[in-house]
Amino acid sequence: MKFKPLKDTRQEAVLFVRRALVGFAIILCALVALALRFWYLQVDRHQEFQARSDSNRILTRPLAPARGLIYDRNGVLLAENVAAFRLEITPEQVADMEALLADLAATVGVNDDDVARFKALRKGKRSYESLPLRLKLSEEEIARFAVNRWRFTGVDVVPYLTRYYPKGKEFGHLVGYVGRIDAKDMERLDVSRYAGTTHAGKTGIERSYEELLHGEPGYELVEVNADRRPLRVLDRVAPKPGKNIYLTIDVRIQEAGEDAFADRAGASVAIDPRSGEVLAMISVPSFDPNLFVNGIGSADYKALLDSPDKPLLDRALRGAYMPGSTIKPFIATAGLELGVRTPTDTVLSTGEFHIPGQKRGYRDIRAGGHGTVDLQQSIAQSVNTYFYSLALDIGIDGLTDFMGRFGFGRPTGIDLVGEGSGVLPSRSWKRARFNQPWYPGETVIAGIGQGYWVVTPLQLANGLATLAARGIPHQPHLLLAVQDSLGDVPERQPLAPAGTPVIRDPAHWAAVRDGMIAVVHGPTGTARTIGVGFPLTIAGKTGTAERYSRTTEAWEHISQVAIERHQVLFEAFTPAEDARIAVVVALEAGRAGGRDAAPIARTMLDAWLDQPQPDSGTTVGAAP
Amino acid sequence: MIDTWLAGVRQSVMRIVRRPRVDFALLGALLLLALIGLATQYSASGLDRSQAMAQGVRLALGGTLMALIARIPPSTLRNWTPWAYAGSVVLLVVVALLGEGRGAHRWLDLGFVRFQPSELLKLTMPMMVAWYLNQRALPPDWTSLGVVGVLIAIPAGLIAEQPDLGTALLIVASGLFGVFLAGLSWWRIGLIAGSVAAAAPVAWHFLHEYQRNRVRMLIDPDSDPLGLGWHIIQSKIAVGSGGLWGKGWHNGTQSRLEFLPEHTTDFIFSVFAEEWGLVGVVLLLVLYAFIIGRSLWIAANAKDTYSRLLAGSISMAFFVYVIVNGGMITGALPVVGVPLPLISYGGTSAVSLLAGFGVLMSIHGHRKRVAA
Repeated sequence: MKFKPLKDTRQEAVLFVRRALVGFAIILCALVALALRFWYLQVDRHQEFQARSDSNRILTRPLAPARGLIYDRNGVLLAENVAAFRLEITPEQVADMEALLADLAATVGVNDDDVARFKALRKGKRSYESLPLRLKLSEEEIARFAVNRWRFTGVDVVPYLTRYYPKGKEFGHLVGYVGRIDAKDMERLDVSRYAGTTHAGKTGIERSYEELLHGEPGYELVEVNADRRPLRVLDRVAPKPGKNIYLTIDVRIQEAGEDAFADRAGASVAIDPRSGEVLAMISVPSFDPNLFVNGIGSADYKALLDSPDKPLLDRALRGAYMPGSTIKPFIATAGLELGVRTPTDTVLSTGEFHIPGQKRGYRDIRAGGHGTVDLQQSIAQSVNTYFYSLALDIGIDGLTDFMGRFGFGRPTGIDLVGEGSGVLPSRSWKRARFNQPWYPGETVIAGIGQGYWVVTPLQLANGLATLAARGIPHQPHLLLAVQDSLGDVPERQPLAPAGTPVIRDPAHWAAVRDGMIAVVHGPTGTARTIGVGFPLTIAGKTGTAERYSRTTEAWEHISQVAIERHQVLFEAFTPAEDARIAVVVALEAGRAGGRDAAPIARTMLDAWLDQPQPDSGTTVGAAP
Repeated sequence: MIDTWLAGVRQSVMRIVRRPRVDFALLGALLLLALIGLATQYSASGLDRSQAMAQGVRLALGGTLMALIARIPPSTLRNWTPWAYAGSVVLLVVVALLGEGRGAHRWLDLGFVRFQPSELLKLTMPMMVAWYLNQRALPPDWTSLGVVGVLIAIPAGLIAEQPDLGTALLIVASGLFGVFLAGLSWWRIGLIAGSVAAAAPVAWHFLHEYQRNRVRMLIDPDSDPLGLGWHIIQSKIAVGSGGLWGKGWHNGTQSRLEFLPEHTTDFIFSVFAEEWGLVGVVLLLVLYAFIIGRSLWIAANAKDTYSRLLAGSISMAFFVYVIVNGGMITGALPVVGVPLPLISYGGTSAVSLLAGFGVLMSIHGHRKRVAA
């Protein structure tokens, strides 16, 4: 190869054609291989990639249903949904969250509570889901945000419906409130139905009828781009709004009672004895449920928690009161029904009662006693001696059993969460509580509603309603009717069947009733003033229980201030012959039941009377 | 002297106008490809007329350039070759010193136009190899191979340094195709291939980190689904969801909803595959195969070695575009910035490709004259 090879152009051309053919063959093979690669992706794995393409672009967005409305029995709105605006952040679009939150705090007025809640909310959420930072923006906040909007990438003002309670604190306890769903709520709620829902009932009616009020969620299939920005709606299943509910409550009675309490701590419950419908349920002091809907500030919450009046305690449902003399009509009924007394049997009241063979004396209200009194007089004048001896004669076991039939000592089963049980004195209760035997002296004071006795106002009202209905118990309840949607006829809820009658002999009932009528209308009754000017006969009973033990030093001090001395109660039903309303009023501090509690009951009865209700409850949904 | 030069220019222009020298089969195929490109472009840009129009203007410019080059006799091209090659390499050096561009020094701003000198090499590289081999006895011996190796390595190294791996790859390929078509013996090819394979680990060492990541992503795109793997995954989803018949024109959700990045440029093939399915892909590949085959046929019919080698190299380099881009969007090859010829959005590649086809047209149109 020392010499330079000669150029053979003909040979070069042949060589080129050969190489070009080989090259083209290789190219064709490569293109076929590429086509096979496409085949593999587009045919063999088509299903898989089709699915991935869809999941890429289609987002299922839950649509929260509008919450059902709550009305009173006459169609007065107690809970509604109003339009509001909230601030939402899409974490994905925010580069520096801390800086953004600080900026929002300075510009819009987002506070520490909002930030803390937002951070808690972020846990476990995907970063493209927008989360609320601050609910219910004021107009000023919206304006401040709008002006600075350019600075806040990933932050939006979003319209939404929020719960509003037009009656405010008047129904804080009863209707309750909705609040943001938290981890605890998720344990009792069906997660799939609450995907788009931010709020759920926390207390009161909102809680117990969550199921009816919530409605069924809908969803939207939304086509999104790579930034998860929704572009168009592919399919939409509208949410089904929650049902509207009508309560048995009559706002007029509730309002009148609330006003009459004049901020004095206490509770009142009014029940229609014929059905168990609760006409009013008051707990004073109360709180504004609207504070809780969009997250109560820690300062507000602390103030409510720390208030000595315990505004967050639902006294009507859970309050613990010593029934005192209000228990006497029930004890009297027991004595008659159990055959221990007849209506005409008399007892001599000397001012002090002794258990035979014991030195300790049990006093009457009136020093020196009431003299010889029968059942009716004993109720009218609240003669302790009569009931001391009666309780002793019945014995604690019989007493416990019979009082239990009136519903004492256990929750009434009303449609609210968190009801108190009270205490019905009994041997087994004392054994379980103190691991001690029962003493006869305890039976004696149980006869006048003292000692271990504890009732809730609702329990007492329920017992009273049973008594007023001639011993026929009805389940106390708050749900009157359910309306599927606006415009539909509200459908009345069927009544639960009445319970086992407590009173067998109408004469026994009549005797007790007459005693209670005498309390209001008799010349010596303890609540004589409240019957004046009322067109119907009222049967009632006062109760005045000492708030403090007379042996303590506190008593020495407090006895100087009469108004602070007693827990005062009053119970009444009317018309006495055929009761349509039974009402219980409990005041935590007062002079005497007849003087302080009874006027509140009278105000409520006046309100009830204001619109005659020959058959209360048939006018569901009528405009107020 | 200037007068005679001017007269020569005038004479050339007159000749160009009088005698169109085109291969109508190739022209028709290119036209069809350009139309498919515009339609896909229009769809991928979200029915943005201005973008399709802009691309149309570029294609028209490229077409004009093609027509002009087609009139230049291959002998003239051959005479210009060393100067054109040297000039483009100098420009590469200039761009390496002064160039600008996002993250890479590729562009040269001449004030009225910005262009990538590396695009010039796509033409001057095969020209230079053909010019050199034309002077040598064929098949090439080791000396020829060594010289060609140097001719390829200088510009390829400068371009890879920019860094622009895709273009460097295309230029190296176009040079090597010249040697291959010149009849380099198979055992030498085997020897070279063997040593390249042996040198691969060393090359890996010299790759940029982003280039290495692209290779890594090819092996396991799901390891970084939102980062580098995103391109490959979304492209495969686009292609795969297209199925046999495709989602239909402008119904490709992957590109329309912007899941697919670069969906008008490097990844436009994914859009096409999503909207037209396997059927459309196969038809497009057939069209490409026809263009390559027809170009090789033109090369085979050229009457001198320079023209043959030049035409053959250009044809086969065209194939490299298709296979590298197709392999990339189906996840079979690494992500290398190579456009799909005449379909991807972008002026430089369209113009340089059409200029190449201008050379082919010239060789085709002047074959008899050369033979005479």
